[in-house]
Amino acid sequence: MIEIGLGHYLTLSAIIFCIGIVGIFLNRRNVIIILMSIELILLSVNINLVSFSIFLQDLAGQIFTMFILTVAAAEAAVGLAIIVIYYKNKGSINVEQISSLKG
Amino acid sequence: MQTILYIFPELFLSLSIMIILMVGVFIKKSFKLVNLLTITTLIFTTALVLNQNNETVKIFNDSYIIDSFSILMKTITLLFCILVLFSSKEYVKINNIDKIEYPIIILTSVLGMILMISSYDLIVFYLGLELQSLSLYILASFKRENEKSTEAGLKYFVLSALATGLLLYGSSLIYGFTGSTNFEIISQNLDANNIGAVFGIVFIIIGLAFKVSAVPFHMWTPDVYEGAPTSVTSFFAIVPKIAAIAVFIRFMYVPFLNVIEQWQTIIIFISIASMILGATAAIGQKNIKRLMAYSSIGHMGYALAGLAPGTNDGIQSTIIYLIIYLVMNLGAFGCIFMMKRENIFCENINDLSGMSKNHPILALSFLIILFSLAGIPPLAGFFAKFYIFMAVIKSEMYILAILGLLTTVISAFYYLRIIKIIYFDKPKKPFELNYDWGLKISLILSSVFLLIYFIYPSILVNLISSIKII
Repeated sequence: MIEIGLGHYLTLSAIIFCIGIVGIFLNRRNVIIILMSIELILLSVNINLVSFSIFLQDLAGQIFTMFILTVAAAEAAVGLAIIVIYYKNKGSINVEQISSLKG
Repeated sequence: MQTILYIFPELFLSLSIMIILMVGVFIKKSFKLVNLLTITTLIFTTALVLNQNNETVKIFNDSYIIDSFSILMKTITLLFCILVLFSSKEYVKINNIDKIEYPIIILTSVLGMILMISSYDLIVFYLGLELQSLSLYILASFKRENEKSTEAGLKYFVLSALATGLLLYGSSLIYGFTGSTNFEIISQNLDANNIGAVFGIVFIIIGLAFKVSAVPFHMWTPDVYEGAPTSVTSFFAIVPKIAAIAVFIRFMYVPFLNVIEQWQTIIIFISIASMILGATAAIGQKNIKRLMAYSSIGHMGYALAGLAPGTNDGIQSTIIYLIIYLVMNLGAFGCIFMMKRENIFCENINDLSGMSKNHPILALSFLIILFSLAGIPPLAGFFAKFYIFMAVIKSEMYILAILGLLTTVISAFYYLRIIKIIYFDKPKKPFELNYDWGLKISLILSSVFLLIYFIYPSILVNLISSIKII
């Protein structure tokens, strides 16, 4: 059996972080997927913070995680509200069609 | 009990927000009252901030700092917020965004900025940043029946949330590799051999560069500036920039000071890239708000150039640049608010053509502001650039100074093009002249400041020179 150490947790969180970033840039279909990717990025940060907190024997990281969880909920609420009003105006939340502003 | 007294302005502001919200909810059609209460609250908060001593105090386990730098930045934030509210009053009324939420959300974002400016800990900084950004997302999409405004809000939300994610990932690395979220302990534990922490610094700089809209993280700026209602655009162009630059200075020169070699090149790169993009991309623009967006990207490049040398001179020149830039932007947006025909606000540069025949005084003040933005002596914009380049040359960064001067010359082209349109093109229908006094006062104040700054420049310089971060 391999011992699971800090490095494994950091690698996991780096992988989730990269999935989140790639998800934002490669997604051409739906804005909701972008919202999910943002959520993934924040969760990877939480994994990072909690594993560091255990490793350092310091509680600040876990407190930080609590704050991030609450703020992420508020952010998702605001984001969904903006998506809803956008949908009311345009009738679609396709990423490729969000292009009335450019130049 | 003693510590509570130090955050009295913040407490007053947050309690006032709740009271004003209650007033707005329970009294029908109370926009005027809410707006008045908002401005009163901002004035009282400014007074309370100014009332604090200039000595450095750290409270709440060293997670919150009150020093002369934070007091200055908070005062500027609050004052410019008052001026922006004054000058956009007419626009808000005519465009039907005079809902009670508008001033209240502006107040919450100002509270977030004030928390950010004073933060001395990653957690406090993150909370202030999020309070500010969540309010700004709502403000950008405030005209909710308008497709452009909602699109601006959506774009700003997605990109800003991404930047916050990167910034948080950086914070988590910094926390892990230095063992604390406190700025002072981070600076003690940081050294260049600590690869993980250096990665964290890069991520944090990316997040901050997004907030000041520096290249290559500027993509949101033109779209949001064009799409959002002009009153919100003027707020975006002025108030959040102060907090963003203040936080930039705090991060670079408190926790990351020991590893200056690691981030200096990044700052030089984003500064040069912003200057070049701001100068070239604005040339072909037809919409004046979009042009102001590119101009703000360029100006942020100059402001960041002052942070590269790592000296107190550089920081002070950045603060002076920021203040003069804010005054210029206030004036420019004052002029944009005056472009009104039959209750429709014009946004195209061609609508300005021949304005000097119909409105000689407005054209003159636009001329002063544009010359100052281009950095032509003896206007204040020239001195702002002069201080920055002096500080840069003193620490022997000649390439940065030369490229900065070249981009100044290029960017002068599009400012002069507007002046040519105003003075030498065929006159169109005159604008309506029923401006309210708040707009007039802020426009007169900013034009006069830019014009007479050269008579006694040492007032501002002396005020700023007492601020020492390092």
